[in-house]
Amino acid sequence: MSPTTWGWLVLLFPLLGTIVIGLGFRRYSRIAGVIGTGAIALSFVCAVGSLLSLLGRSGGHREVVSSLWNYASSAGVDAKLQILVDPVSVFMILVVTGVSTLIHLYSTAYMRSDAGYSRYFAYLNFFVLSMLILVLGGNFVMLIVGWAFVGAASYMLISFWYRRTTATSAGIKAFVINVVGDVGLVLGTFFIFRHTHTVSFLGTFKDAPHVFHTDSTDLVAGCLLFLVGAFAKSAQVPLHTWLPDAMEGPTPVSSLIHAATMVTAGVYLIVRLHPLFQLAPSAAEVGAIVGCLTLLIAGSIALVVTDLKRVIAYSTMSQIGYMIMGASAGAYTGALFHLMTHAFFKALLFMAAGSIIGAMAGNQSLDRMHGFRKAMPFTFACFLIGGLALSGVPPFSGWFSKDDILAYVNNRGGIYEVIGVLGYVGALLTGLYTFRMIFRAFYGEPSKEAVEYAHGHPAHAEVPRNPLTGEVEDTAVGFPGSEHATAEDEPAMTIAMGLLAALAVVGGALQIPGVDHVITNFLAPSLAGAPLAAASHEPSTGTAWVGLIIGAVIGAVGITVAYLIYVARPGTAARFQAAAPWLHKFLVNKWYFDEAIDLVVVRPVLAFGRFVESVLERIVISGGVTGGVTGAVRSGSAAVRRAQTGFLRYYAAALMLGLSIVVLYFLISST
Amino acid sequence: MTLGWYLAVSVLIFCIGAGGVLVRRNPLVVLLCLELMLNGANLALVTFARMHGGEAGQIFALIVLVVAACEVTVGLGLVVAISRRNLPIDVDGMHELNG
Repeated sequence: MSPTTWGWLVLLFPLLGTIVIGLGFRRYSRIAGVIGTGAIALSFVCAVGSLLSLLGRSGGHREVVSSLWNYASSAGVDAKLQILVDPVSVFMILVVTGVSTLIHLYSTAYMRSDAGYSRYFAYLNFFVLSMLILVLGGNFVMLIVGWAFVGAASYMLISFWYRRTTATSAGIKAFVINVVGDVGLVLGTFFIFRHTHTVSFLGTFKDAPHVFHTDSTDLVAGCLLFLVGAFAKSAQVPLHTWLPDAMEGPTPVSSLIHAATMVTAGVYLIVRLHPLFQLAPSAAEVGAIVGCLTLLIAGSIALVVTDLKRVIAYSTMSQIGYMIMGASAGAYTGALFHLMTHAFFKALLFMAAGSIIGAMAGNQSLDRMHGFRKAMPFTFACFLIGGLALSGVPPFSGWFSKDDILAYVNNRGGIYEVIGVLGYVGALLTGLYTFRMIFRAFYGEPSKEAVEYAHGHPAHAEVPRNPLTGEVEDTAVGFPGSEHATAEDEPAMTIAMGLLAALAVVGGALQIPGVDHVITNFLAPSLAGAPLAAASHEPSTGTAWVGLIIGAVIGAVGITVAYLIYVARPGTAARFQAAAPWLHKFLVNKWYFDEAIDLVVVRPVLAFGRFVESVLERIVISGGVTGGVTGAVRSGSAAVRRAQTGFLRYYAAALMLGLSIVVLYFLISST
Repeated sequence: MTLGWYLAVSVLIFCIGAGGVLVRRNPLVVLLCLELMLNGANLALVTFARMHGGEAGQIFALIVLVVAACEVTVGLGLVVAISRRNLPIDVDGMHELNG
């Protein structure tokens, strides 16, 4: 079969899964989980099929387009239901379907006691479908459709426990910020479409060098608007505030959407549109700077957050900062490589976190979980592997991919050299916050729950509480179920985490400087026209290895510092906190981004809304427009009403008078 | 010349009827005056028919008589209904349907 046939099949299975589960299973049913997992697994098989079919073609023929029908073909718009199967999109569908399959498998166990089990799998399949539309779409229209679908799926899954007010408000926040990104994407498309007169990717890329010159105004405007879309979806400063709140969703959702797949859509966007970004280097620089800022800001906040899932969320922001930075700088291969390895180890970290949260009976606070190392050896091993890969310790996958990006960025020189050095600072923070988390949760005096768990009595909350607000909640529909699952007890979770742990360990071997370049070679046909992806821009093998060694040393330093602070000399953290309370406050309040957005955007918009409500609505619309019309009708009818006296003789007189006038008129006019 | 007198009588009867409708307050008299108006018109119709020598005017007059009979039936029915409810037999007394 041709690669595009496989591509359509990749889309078909999640679609069928969504429809079957969404319409067929209104109540709790274990079959929903099987169907959901099976649909995504089949989709993964088809993704492998399209990979093999693509590899069967020679390099120049590895970009295949297929259209089913036209959306609109009027006024010069050539919007089709079209997919583009090329190395970049195949790479993405492999990562998305592969990781999704494992997370679906994990969810079958993790969500077992949840009354919304069937609904959960319908949503999750819908999310995978949306993400696949996003990455497979062959034109801007499909991209926008997928982009918006993903935002909607994210909203549904964040607000999955809809009886929790914290979850619903987090879902709304995510949706609103994502819509800001959607608007950026749509407007950016218009800026490009104005000049190229086509919405298809390949046509746009072919025309772009002819209709745009380097840094032409409309191109830069379009690319900056694309970046707004990418920042909103990928949680980059200042549109990042929704991601930590998105941790209100179930843990597998955080793992799939808010770590492994959806938030990487921004990186995919920049890589997909690289011919445009290469023509607009000033827009690309903005992307690189914002990515760099995000990785530092998120890393610093992760140092003080005490909610286990939120620490991982900030680390996700920080890692995606690396990818955005790399993709903007031109390290497309490195960005996608890091996207892949990050999907493995971050999904793994979230799964392991879900396992500990299960053992803590839903509590997520790092202040309460200690010493789980002995009680949960498998979870600990997985968390450690994920943490080492995240911190960039050799030979784990994150080491190769992160330093691939940093070596490329440093090699570009100019402003990128500063950004690259700051990237190493971020790497230090990464090691520090990752192992702060590990040392606090797994080392030290075992907490009550850890001791109980080691004795085979998993903790059960007397009264289920919202981990964020402490509100008491029941376990019926719209809340998490009463039972908690841990990887030690659930084979489905063990398998999913084990596979991801293996991938997180060996994933880096795909691309080792001087040894093999699987990803570079595979992506080469898609990046053939990109000067920044040419071999002359790649760092030499020696430079790359120097970068790798620096990265390893920095990661190790971060871990050592974390060891000194949290294990060797407990209490050091408290002393730091006492020494600089203002800094701690600043970081705990997340650099006051929420407050700043509240002040700059939310309050003015609210004030404007109130003004419109009190002045425009009440006075102009109600008073002037509708009030004026009704007033005129009312006074007019009051005047006419007086003629209706009710006296029969008046009516007779009026009738006769009128008749006489008519008769007189005809008499006079006839003579 | 004779036609003029017939028409003059017709107009006179019609005007007496119209004046009665306008000034009298007893519904019975109002109905009687309506009959006068109709018969004034009938006289004119018959006159014209006679003058032209056709039958159309005569037949028209007959139809007017039928209409008048119907109208009187309805009108007298109303008067009976009014008197049964012990309402004043007065046209001006019934003006509830004002605006």
